[in-house]
Amino acid sequence: MVFKKIKFNRRTFIKRAIYAALSIEVLYVFTRLLNKNNQSDKENGLYDAGNINFFENDKVYPFSKGHFYLSRFKDGGLLAISTKCTHLGCTIQFNNNKDKFVCPCHASAFTKNGEVLSPPATRALDIYPITIIDNKVMVNTSKAIRRNKYDASQLTYV
Amino acid sequence: MTAKGHPKAITRLLLHLHPKKVNVQAIKFNRTFGLGGIAALLFVLLFISGMLLRFAYVPSVKGAYDSIVDLQENILFGSILRNLHYWSGMLLVVVSFLHVLRVFYSQSIYHERRKNWLYGLIIMFLVVFSNFTGYLLPWDQLAFWAVTIMTNMLSYIPFIGDALADMVRGGNEVSETTLLRFYHFHTGLLPLLMAFLLSVHFWLVRKSKGVTVQKMEEKQMVDTNPNLIYKEIFTALIVIVALLLFSMLVNAPLLEKANPLISPNPSKAPWYFMGFQELLLHIHPGFGIFVIPVLVTTFFIYIPNIKYPNLNVGQWFNSEKGKKLTILSLIFSLVLTIAVILTSEFFLDLRNWMPNIPVLISTGLLLLLLYFIPAAAFLFYLKSNQKAEKIDLVMALFTIIITAYIVMTIIGSLFRGEGMHLFA
Repeated sequence: MVFKKIKFNRRTFIKRAIYAALSIEVLYVFTRLLNKNNQSDKENGLYDAGNINFFENDKVYPFSKGHFYLSRFKDGGLLAISTKCTHLGCTIQFNNNKDKFVCPCHASAFTKNGEVLSPPATRALDIYPITIIDNKVMVNTSKAIRRNKYDASQLTYV
Repeated sequence: MTAKGHPKAITRLLLHLHPKKVNVQAIKFNRTFGLGGIAALLFVLLFISGMLLRFAYVPSVKGAYDSIVDLQENILFGSILRNLHYWSGMLLVVVSFLHVLRVFYSQSIYHERRKNWLYGLIIMFLVVFSNFTGYLLPWDQLAFWAVTIMTNMLSYIPFIGDALADMVRGGNEVSETTLLRFYHFHTGLLPLLMAFLLSVHFWLVRKSKGVTVQKMEEKQMVDTNPNLIYKEIFTALIVIVALLLFSMLVNAPLLEKANPLISPNPSKAPWYFMGFQELLLHIHPGFGIFVIPVLVTTFFIYIPNIKYPNLNVGQWFNSEKGKKLTILSLIFSLVLTIAVILTSEFFLDLRNWMPNIPVLISTGLLLLLLYFIPAAAFLFYLKSNQKAEKIDLVMALFTIIITAYIVMTIIGSLFRGEGMHLFA
């Protein structure tokens, strides 16, 4: 029944094929244009956070320029936690008194290892890969790693 | 007209937007409240003031904020110009929305107007999109964080969300690329698209023989010029004067320059998106950003394609009964929405009550059902007890959705303070 309504012959087929091809082409060129800048962002290299011996165990250090917090655990493991709240992208702050990350926008809170303490956020804070070169802590801020939960394998040791 | 009775070409063109004669009922003010016309006028005002603003504005992270400050402080009438553009833009969102409500409730979207309803919805979307892209341009804290929040909402769309958000921003955070991109959408592509779609929109109104009237069988026609033209000019002048006065008295907001390191507390999306943000505080983002909007949009598009047995085109609320049921739905939705928001805010903690169930079900599906079941029961009650017809039910559902969004918008923008806590 439905097919009866659609008039489909050689001419309309060619016409529609040309329209479709043209639209796809324009759309493709446009999305490529919009995506162009994404790639250049990713080339940014490593962020030098400083000498590893400077960071005491069980403390959190802010790196506002690098958009991350460097958290050193009791056993000396390092975690570079993104400051971008996983709820709607506001910048979280570390609250020293309460020992947790708090988002000023919608009151999401996260533990020191980035796990959700209170909603509306639904997933743990992103982390950045850390490499240690000549005792220097290098954080790759161009490569955020998504995760749902914290586990010990995310830590980096000397 | 000139003295010889030969109007100038432009005057003639403008007069030809209307037919030569119009129905007396169609030009009564309370038929349309002039909403479509006012929206068109605002579009023109925005176009002119926007063109002027382009001469003062610098679309870069370094220059944007300073150019706005410079415009306001050092340029003659600069701040009135910016205020006029800002308030016209905000008013356009409101007026377009009211226009959608007017055509819907006066049954003016059926039969030959079906297609125009679809064009209208697209234009409504473009109006909001234009306003939103313009929101970022001052590059102050308000703009930066509103756009950050809104683009992050996009990333909750399943599968394509992250890619889409990155594409809109041109990176994973709001940056100069985003600013330039929004600037070009706001001042180039969107106005052009809208000018084109508006022409189609107007032409389709003419094609369906003008606006709908209350009594279709009465056809007392009068000359458009001067009967309608005078009313239009009168309304236009009032709107322009009111906007100018308002722009002299109330400044468009401008906070301190954008700082990506510090989010203000609370950070809010633009007010017309606050309904979404409020929704997101309660329900899982997969539902708030994707499932619900898709369902609602599909419903809106589909409305005029349903077959209704007793349709009175042009009648407000279709009938007296329809009017009664619409008011009933409004009250119902008002109570239900407020009740659900308060329950979810103060009593529910579904996530911790059911830690083993995926959040998509506990804070998503269950919460949706919490709203959906009473609403369905209400519609069933209308059908069985109030003998509501199909058109009444569609109006009831539409009313419930719109009222819910308005309630959420008001609660989100006015009753939430620090940390987005209610009554803080």
